[in-house]
Amino acid sequence: MKRFTIPVLIAMGSLIAATNSCVKKDPPNPTDTTSTDGVGKVKLEFSNVVGSSNLSLGNQWYKNPNGDSFKVNVFNYYISNVKLNGAKRTYTETESYHLLKQENTSSLSFDLTNVPYDTYTSVTLMIGVDSARNVSGAQTGALDPANDMFWTWKTGYIMAKMEGVSPQSTNVDNMLIFHIGGHAGLWAGQRTVTLNFPTPIKVEKDAFNHVHIAADVNGLFKTPYEIDFSMLSGVMSIGKESQMIANNYANMLSVTYSGL
Amino acid sequence: MKKTVVGGIVAVAIAAMWVASCKKETIDPGKWQPISFNVPKGWPAPAYTFANNALTYDGFVLGRKLFYDVRLSKDSTVSCGTCHQQFAGFAQLGHDLSHGVNDLLGTRNTPGLANMAWHTSFFWDGGVNHLESQPIAPIQNPVEMALPMAEAVQRVKNANDYRTYFENAFGNDTVNSQRIFRALAQFMGAMVSADSKYDKYMRAEAGGTMTASELNGLTLFRQHCATCHKEPLMSDFSFRNNGLKPGTQNDSGRAHITRDVADMYKFKVPSLRNVAVTAPYMHDGKVKTLDDVVEHYRTGIYSSPTLDPSLATGIAITDNEKHDLVNFLKTLTDSTFIKNPLFAEPVK
Repeated sequence: MKRFTIPVLIAMGSLIAATNSCVKKDPPNPTDTTSTDGVGKVKLEFSNVVGSSNLSLGNQWYKNPNGDSFKVNVFNYYISNVKLNGAKRTYTETESYHLLKQENTSSLSFDLTNVPYDTYTSVTLMIGVDSARNVSGAQTGALDPANDMFWTWKTGYIMAKMEGVSPQSTNVDNMLIFHIGGHAGLWAGQRTVTLNFPTPIKVEKDAFNHVHIAADVNGLFKTPYEIDFSMLSGVMSIGKESQMIANNYANMLSVTYSGL
Repeated sequence: MKKTVVGGIVAVAIAAMWVASCKKETIDPGKWQPISFNVPKGWPAPAYTFANNALTYDGFVLGRKLFYDVRLSKDSTVSCGTCHQQFAGFAQLGHDLSHGVNDLLGTRNTPGLANMAWHTSFFWDGGVNHLESQPIAPIQNPVEMALPMAEAVQRVKNANDYRTYFENAFGNDTVNSQRIFRALAQFMGAMVSADSKYDKYMRAEAGGTMTASELNGLTLFRQHCATCHKEPLMSDFSFRNNGLKPGTQNDSGRAHITRDVADMYKFKVPSLRNVAVTAPYMHDGKVKTLDDVVEHYRTGIYSSPTLDPSLATGIAITDNEKHDLVNFLKTLTDSTFIKNPLFAEPVK
């Protein structure tokens, strides 16, 4: 058996490589086949905010819930495994990995395609990248480690990254550095959340629905753990501090609008 | 079973058709050699199976070019091959600690490379979980090659000499980190060392006749060492504290990755393949000779709460036995592997 296993694996690998390199074809979406009515698109648009203010990088002072002043230089996070929960079915986005970076506004919105006609009442998504893609070798696109959201010394994605400054920070140059990673086990950094739509959206012919989602930087520092920057101004590994921030950012998203 | 084989044959046929239809040209056609990955007789299944990354000559050659390319370091002075020297079993001769750009020193000794497809983790602390995820660590490490990966990709993109290599390996000249890592994984994954005197002895082949001293060394090895340095890969790839006194850096080892105090001072059990040529030894490079290595286990064990229980009282062997054990370790040198031109830096 073993004598065959390796050549077969390699041959299968060749086949996959051949398919990838020579034939441009989107993988079939399994949910398509269940839809007899048709499919549409839904746009997810994220706006990064700090409390009630829009997020502006580099120059604007904000306050965290503890009352500490801070500025934000970097705010990035992964959104993956997006699902829409409908009356008749659950839509699951294929190859659902999105890296949202405040510095690149075009990264803050994306379209869910081939969404079967139905009325959807909520979205379920993961903040971060599922464990499987953290242990499967070289990835590309949103998951390209060259995107600077990857720990090289302990393989895995940085699920969310916030960098800035605060006079309260005890770091060099008063820096705030929150890199939250860990893909499995006790200190895993992913959080899956379901966000209800204020108004259900009806995906039907000629209807291009939009869902606006606010992501609050203060969400990292608010609930359930109010963060005092003089006590915690950086996290760059796994541990109880990274869990506090991850448990907090599980609450950072809210849907502000849903509809046409 | 039959189904799998038929499937395999069909897949091979399709892959062959693809090669025929898509491949434009072969680099150095005169030098073309078939590349294969074979599990040596009696070895376990590898961890890396070339899934989604079929091993081909062109992929391997691209990986080799990248492995030996100094442009993947910030100041274009250091390549993977700078610290992983073939004649030293792909370790770095005479350096306690790895040595990067601007003569910066790393914190650990460069491990030798061989049979990487069987390794279940990489680095002394096992922080990297996949062969394809390994190269980004030294490329970006500020004291190794110090080049952000995005810049490394850009350099390869800008280099005209890579275009044909990517076309041949992947069907077009698109350069991205995934292709770079997969090509490197093909090169590293194909580095199989299974032709030492020990291997020939195990296969009862010509050249495998051991001396009485080496044979006694093998017996001692199996008694005292092989639990951790498990045959045939000469490691069980676990993490253990082998009784080295922590140095001034107080390297926490595996605990740095797991944040678990139970893992303090534990390091990945190194494979002993080609061990006679990979001096100096241990994660900190503090032990200079094989004799000293064995002596460490005999009389030098430093006790601490996470010390491996099997080493609590050290290894009790006589001077003669120590001599035989070292002689056995020398039979793990695979000169076919360390002289194989296939793995050497291509002549420009």
